[in-house]
Amino acid sequence: MSLKRKSEVIKGMGAKGLGLPGKSTNVKVILNGGQRVAFIRPDGYFSFHGVPAGTHLIEVAALGYFFSPVRIDVSSRNPGKVQAALTENRRTLNELVLEPLQEESYYEIREPFSIISLVKSPMGLMVGFMLVAVFLLPKLMENLDTEEMRRAQEEMQNQGVPSLSNLLPGRSNN
Amino acid sequence: MANIMGFFLVLLSLTLSLYPSCALYEDQVGIMDWHQQYIGKVNHAVFHTQKQGRKRVVVATDENIIASLDLRRGDIFWRHVLGDSDAVNDIDIALGKYVITLSSSGSILRAWNLPDGQMMWESFLQGSGPSKSLLSVSASILVFSGGCLHAISGIDGDVLWRRELSGESLEMHKIRQSPNGETIYAAGLVGSSQLALYELNPKNGDIVNHKMALFSGGFSGEMLFLSDGTLVALDATRSTIVTASFNNGNLVFHQRPIIEIVPEFSGSASLLPSRFKGSVAIKTDSHVLLILVRENGKKMETLDKIEGPSAISDALLFSEDQQAFGVVRHEQDVLSLSIKLDGGGNNELITDNIKVDGQRGRAEMVFINNYIRTDRSQGFRALVVMEDYSLMLLQQGNIVWCREDGLASIVDTTISELPLEKEGVSVANVEHSLFQWLKGHFLKLKETLMLASAEDIAVIQEMRLKNSEKTKMTRDHNGFRKLLIVLTRAGKILALHTGDGRVVWSLLSPSFRKSEKCQNPTGVKIYQWQVPHHHALDENPSVLVVGRCGLGSPNFLSFVDSYTGKELESLRLTHPVTQIVPLPFTDSLEQRLHLFVDGEKRAHLHPRSSESLGVFLRELPNIYLYSIDSERGIIRGYGLKGKCIREEGDDYCFETRELWKVVFPLESEKISAVATRKSNEVVHTQAKVLTDQDVIFKYISRNVLFVATIAPKATDGIGSITPDEAWLVAYLIDTVTGRILHRVTHLGAHGPIQAVFSENWVVYHYFNLRAHKYEMSVIEIYDQSRADNKDVLKLVLGKHNLTTPVSSYSRPEVMVKSQSYFFTHSVKSMAVTSTAKGITSKQLLIGTIGDQVLALDKRYVDPRRTINPTQAEKEEGIIPLTDSLPIIPQSYVTHSVRVEGLRGIETFPAKLESTSLVFIYGVDLFYTRIAPSRTYDSLTEEFSYSLLLITIVALVAAIFITWRLSEKKELRDKWR
Repeated sequence: MSLKRKSEVIKGMGAKGLGLPGKSTNVKVILNGGQRVAFIRPDGYFSFHGVPAGTHLIEVAALGYFFSPVRIDVSSRNPGKVQAALTENRRTLNELVLEPLQEESYYEIREPFSIISLVKSPMGLMVGFMLVAVFLLPKLMENLDTEEMRRAQEEMQNQGVPSLSNLLPGRSNN
Repeated sequence: MANIMGFFLVLLSLTLSLYPSCALYEDQVGIMDWHQQYIGKVNHAVFHTQKQGRKRVVVATDENIIASLDLRRGDIFWRHVLGDSDAVNDIDIALGKYVITLSSSGSILRAWNLPDGQMMWESFLQGSGPSKSLLSVSASILVFSGGCLHAISGIDGDVLWRRELSGESLEMHKIRQSPNGETIYAAGLVGSSQLALYELNPKNGDIVNHKMALFSGGFSGEMLFLSDGTLVALDATRSTIVTASFNNGNLVFHQRPIIEIVPEFSGSASLLPSRFKGSVAIKTDSHVLLILVRENGKKMETLDKIEGPSAISDALLFSEDQQAFGVVRHEQDVLSLSIKLDGGGNNELITDNIKVDGQRGRAEMVFINNYIRTDRSQGFRALVVMEDYSLMLLQQGNIVWCREDGLASIVDTTISELPLEKEGVSVANVEHSLFQWLKGHFLKLKETLMLASAEDIAVIQEMRLKNSEKTKMTRDHNGFRKLLIVLTRAGKILALHTGDGRVVWSLLSPSFRKSEKCQNPTGVKIYQWQVPHHHALDENPSVLVVGRCGLGSPNFLSFVDSYTGKELESLRLTHPVTQIVPLPFTDSLEQRLHLFVDGEKRAHLHPRSSESLGVFLRELPNIYLYSIDSERGIIRGYGLKGKCIREEGDDYCFETRELWKVVFPLESEKISAVATRKSNEVVHTQAKVLTDQDVIFKYISRNVLFVATIAPKATDGIGSITPDEAWLVAYLIDTVTGRILHRVTHLGAHGPIQAVFSENWVVYHYFNLRAHKYEMSVIEIYDQSRADNKDVLKLVLGKHNLTTPVSSYSRPEVMVKSQSYFFTHSVKSMAVTSTAKGITSKQLLIGTIGDQVLALDKRYVDPRRTINPTQAEKEEGIIPLTDSLPIIPQSYVTHSVRVEGLRGIETFPAKLESTSLVFIYGVDLFYTRIAPSRTYDSLTEEFSYSLLLITIVALVAAIFITWRLSEKKELRDKWR
């Protein structure tokens, strides 16, 4: 009983612009969680020999790609007949061609420098708050009626609550 | 107070950890991690230096690796790790461009492209029965395996012809192709005394000539082809050299007792498998003899006599008719390499004495190669495999490079602190570093503001990687700098610095060296013997290393200083050790007490001092041991009784008595995995606050053992069994009383099982045959007896049982929650992060079949997950239940590297609570530090101090400016 099927692993990856020829040498096909390991030939084929009838599992180890494990049923009645299905999405394969489900990127993408990110940083927020305090708060004060303001200040002084104006330099002699 | 702080930290960590937490930017690679690639102990080597261009050596190793190494620097061009059962039998180079490997006891022949390691073809050779596997590559590729001789085309791997050479107890021993390519010779034995010699036609494999002859003295089984048609062998007593040759179509024997050639010979000899022309190397008890055989064995004379332990290479044909071989001898720390001519007389071509590190042991193997020097004379280089598995290239009396390949076979590892920093740093140093610091931050600022040029970026990257801070030999504030102390299979102990992975010291202790008494010493375990803090700070920490001889029980100990790598003491135990139990007690020098249990279940206490005995006797009634006999499926628990009866004078020997045993039915359950909590694990709090303000208490006991058994049929591999015949039973057993706290059965489950136990939970990984997917299950165990302690009034009035100690003898009321999930990959090893105070949330570290390590948040394997968590549960951080566990590529802690041949993952806490140190070993080594909930307690490396400084300066400037402005305005107001 032998299991020998085509795998277009290399082709599929080459099409996605993985131009480095050395990369394909790092692909391994693993049967039943490490029972046997097969390597890929230049034409993309791999094979396992002497696999007994039963239900087996094939995994692919390839850095940078996510492959679904494949469930392989080797028939005992019809020698040479195998059925394959991806275990992740239960898709059956007519031909045992293993293709990566997706590419894996192991790094975070560094976001390009932007004013927004600088403003969002703690320092940016500090500067922003200060600007608000310097330029907008006086505006608010100006909008108040001078009469009302004086009354409010007097009230505060009477109550003995320290006011902002007291703390400002130059107001103490008022 | 600390608890409240901790609580807030947990809250903080929960909110932060909603994002994948170990994600790394590509430019951060190498800042806090390192990766080292090894190949293991070399057993075959073939040089490839004929052509111009890269000179290389192709090697095969004990780790089933084939690799191509750069001869100039020793770097790896490429390598392949074959499967576990795919051991390499032989390698060679064919057609000048393919590396041919024969593996899996001769059934798989592969060809690899020499420049890049791409597999060109593979050929499966079917034999008729088990036999020796032999490879011969010269004119064509010949493989003898499975009782058949195969000729294989080097271009595509097709079998050209196949000839069965087996029969009634015929065993082939050697094949040889004649140099002119006209004949193939094959020699074998029928029984022990009948020699069979075949001559075959290389074109079609027809047998041209076949002779059998009986030799009355019998054969030892070793034989060599001396030349075409002449064989040399040893007789059954290993004291006589026998030669056999074709003479007029008959096999003619000649024999000569060794004692006639070498009068002082005694004992037994063995043939060295070195390939010489016309002569044979024989190893006796004291010497290696090189014997020239002439006239088909009628005349023999000693060519050379090499004393002491030595290694001899194959003969190398370096000119028309001259052959040379290399001999390496080892005395103290001087390695002497001599290259000798094969012809006799004054035959020494080169003798070099090279000083090597004394911790490498003796030379085990040597391979030589020649080259033409610039002055057109012959030069030789030698590749030497040492006793500690390291690999060296010697050339012109120098070590060109040396690879520490023993690190590919780490068996155990532990960690040690570095010495404290001494006072007194010079001012110039500080100024210099301050300047560097400012410069560095200026550059970083430029980078942040996108003003940095390409050169600046290169400088920044260099500064990051070569930060002198991380490679210092002193302790740091965060506890990142430590020494990883590893024990290799060869018995060598090495200390690696966590900053850059360099070897700080190494030690091959005399008791771990090969000797008459012990031919094959191996390292078994390493323990922390002495970890001084507080009052014993001036003591150096030390480790205990346990070794054994061959496959026997461990019986020799070595105590090693962790700072200097000096052996403090070595000990050969009189009794074999079946189990070593570190106890949770230390003496006044902070030496940890250890119990060594021997074959008769007696416990021996170490260190042997009256003080430790005092400590031990006080705790004697509270010490319980257990042993696991997986062969017979029995777990036994023991208590300690008193002094040994038979050994009267020995105060440190104690008898044990069996307290309980758990017997698994052998016909239906076989112990497959066990897991316990790490003895040094810290648990922050026993209480777990739920969303509805409810509290549950974790059942935290150091004495819980997780045992998983599987059906005996389900051990042969996934494909060989139907779901109905397979099951897995998981137990939680209290090791003091033997009580089974919990038991659960998974039907249709298949091994191998990987399990990890931490705090009050176990996670285990197995294969589900029904779904045909891997699965992970979690069991969490909670203490019900404390569940009533929720009433505040009771707590205030002191009517709670929180202070009552946890006792294994009080019948525990436990509650168990569990859940299962699918997991995509096979798992090779599993571990859990550990932190200093146990506050930070945990991550599972999963070593996958692709030799990567995935960090998976514990929150994904939480049995409280439901499909639709309530709003409150979501706030608590409970993730909606999915049937499979997510694999987020960014959470691979090994990012884009592979830790080939991954075998183990170790985690150690750093001093900084958020951070855990991770060391992954296999054939490769990988070290990194991870923060499962992000570094909430320190600023990251990314933090821009310069931006902070600039902001502060800007704010101060702004304050002054606005102050001036407001003063002016006031003045104007007053004038008005």
